[in-house]
Amino acid sequence: MKDPKDIRVVVGMSGGVDSSVAALLLKEQGYDVVGIFMKNWDDTDEFGVCTATEDYEDVIRVCNQLDIPYYAVNFEKQYWEKVFTYFLDEYKSGRTPNPDVMCNKEIKFKAFLDHAISLGADYLATGHYAQVRETDGKFEMLRGIDNNKDQTYFLNQLSQDVLSQVMFPLGHLEKKEVREIAMEHGLATASKKDSTGICFIGERNFKDFLSEYLPAQPGEMQTLDGEVKGKHDGLMYYTLGQRQGLGIGGAGDPWFVVGKNLEDNVLYVGQGYHHDALYSDGLTASQVNWISMDPPTEPLKCTAKFRYRQNDSGVMVHPSEDGRLKVVFDNPQRAITPGQAVVFYDGEVCLGGATIDEVIKNNQFVSFVG
Amino acid sequence: MTNIYLDHAATTPVHPQVIEAMVPVYQEVFGNPSSVHQFGRKARRILDEARRTMADSIHCNEKEVIFTGSGTEADNMAIIGAARANREKGNHIITTAIEHHAVLHAAEQLKKEGFIVTYLEPDVNGRITAEDVADALTEETIVVSVMMVNNETGVIQPIPEIGEIVSSHQAYFHTDAVQAFGTMPIDVNELQVDLLAVSAHKINGPKGVGFLYAKEGTILETLHHGGEQERKRRPGTENLPGVKGFEAAVQMVMQEKEDRQDAYRLYKNIFLDILRKEEIEFSINGDPEKSVDTIINISFTGTNVEALLTNFDLAGVAASSGSACTAGSVEPSHVLSAMYGSEDERVYNSIRFSFGLANNEANVKEAAENVCKIVNRLKR
Repeated sequence: MKDPKDIRVVVGMSGGVDSSVAALLLKEQGYDVVGIFMKNWDDTDEFGVCTATEDYEDVIRVCNQLDIPYYAVNFEKQYWEKVFTYFLDEYKSGRTPNPDVMCNKEIKFKAFLDHAISLGADYLATGHYAQVRETDGKFEMLRGIDNNKDQTYFLNQLSQDVLSQVMFPLGHLEKKEVREIAMEHGLATASKKDSTGICFIGERNFKDFLSEYLPAQPGEMQTLDGEVKGKHDGLMYYTLGQRQGLGIGGAGDPWFVVGKNLEDNVLYVGQGYHHDALYSDGLTASQVNWISMDPPTEPLKCTAKFRYRQNDSGVMVHPSEDGRLKVVFDNPQRAITPGQAVVFYDGEVCLGGATIDEVIKNNQFVSFVG
Repeated sequence: MTNIYLDHAATTPVHPQVIEAMVPVYQEVFGNPSSVHQFGRKARRILDEARRTMADSIHCNEKEVIFTGSGTEADNMAIIGAARANREKGNHIITTAIEHHAVLHAAEQLKKEGFIVTYLEPDVNGRITAEDVADALTEETIVVSVMMVNNETGVIQPIPEIGEIVSSHQAYFHTDAVQAFGTMPIDVNELQVDLLAVSAHKINGPKGVGFLYAKEGTILETLHHGGEQERKRRPGTENLPGVKGFEAAVQMVMQEKEDRQDAYRLYKNIFLDILRKEEIEFSINGDPEKSVDTIINISFTGTNVEALLTNFDLAGVAASSGSACTAGSVEPSHVLSAMYGSEDERVYNSIRFSFGLANNEANVKEAAENVCKIVNRLKR
């Protein structure tokens, strides 16, 4: 067994409290810790202010407190090519992309991992709430202990090779404890607000952001019976199950987005959170990744999440010969959204995941998306 | 692991003799040089002596030396101060695409104020020519600013030739001599410059002090407003210990100039010889025949600058890419971009090594060996 001081761990530091505490814990365990800040996006405004600069300042403060070296690396080009282009393409095809899953797959645990290895790192650590368990040379990914913060959903595309080289020092902690540790040690980021939303959009208005990159095509808002209820600003601005921003008033239950017709540029709306059109019985998915098991050849009973922070639901996974999956729900599910990830679990173990392509209802593919 | 400093173009260690000169000023001479009592006079004497040393070092009159808070401030004062004060004569500024940001960003500020700025492009060897300057001069030109030695490549610019051309024109000629000072003789009369900026911390002096040479009769608008220090050109109570340290550093570098340059030439050769012996694939940016010996800028084919710099530092070798950073990550060098075009591989795989008093033959050799190891590992 190598002495921890001879094991170099590169910590991906964002300037937030989670990665700060991850670095702190590793340092306390005696590892040779190196902090690295990743710059993926340039949002420098007219006054020269850039979120990344502010965040890097926090990385510097924390690394100085921990007495570890810190560096930055720029992946703006790779991020643009691998994540942002995908993000726009998905919106263009009427889907709702998950850039965090893609960023983890292509940037954090690929380009950044490669960079860490080139610096002589034995491991890459991040502040994700997830756990790695090694049994007989096999690496399983487990949910983070904090049920509310578990981030395995976003990590579903990680491979064995990647997991063998990563550490998640926060996986066994509750978020509350992480804050407490940061406070106890007086870390500069101890009371820094958690970042919300998609990293490159930040606190800005999502619609404004997207309109800078994609032309919006306004169209009609209709009920499934064809009754015109108003205008929409462009299908890409809406997500299935969304209530906000429709601008339909009147009597009765609130209105929700229940479907999109890409061909005719129509946004379907319906009344009530539990509108029947929002519910489905199954889905198909591609870009399948199984983390620590062989791809199933028989139907697999497990649980699944269809979006982040959702409770698991029972499903039956049917593999097909072309490598895609058909997932049948034990109970109807609301607002299954093409482009998002479906992630599978067996108890605490995250089995893997895939990207949702189609939604199935009454044995029919429901083409919400054109 | 020994830490080896090869970034003297960024800043230099303060020489012990400099500290020795400064301490008594801190301890004993706290007076304000502007005061009318003996405490003030004692301070004023130190200031005047230092001013004479500065003047002697570049062969000017001591009245032509303005102490500033940095080389950047001296550059700003020269370019912005001269442009604003001479606006009625024209609104055109000439500078180069390879200047330090102290000049480039000052020029940007002038652009915002309505001046027109011409940026001369270097050739592939990093040189600006006097003909470029001659061609760019117009009746409207009021300031020409060309650096003496480029801080990233070490390439020496033809200042006397440019001075000759600008001397018969209304424009003031400014040169940023921050990297040049101490590496070559500087005589403002031979160079025919009107303005020249120097910084203390690049020559083993303290940080926070520099000076601007402004030829007698040069009209400058002040950037700061306050007291009458520096003949009203730079208000603010003088940084006397800093000035004293600066003086000591100038005295030393004047005395040891030749010996130091011989040593740096040797280090540069040792460094390059080891790279060649280890069969590292590299090329030197900038014309080596027209460069100072303190700086070498090397392109390592097939690598990238961030991985190189981080690995060098983790192995104890401190170097730099020579350019400014945004959010800590290395921005492509504007100097190399100007030489090669921004898409050229060399813009993204070049490192500046700069020699100075922290070096000796042994540590330069060790650093070069470490560099070879890392480059070979990264290319595998």
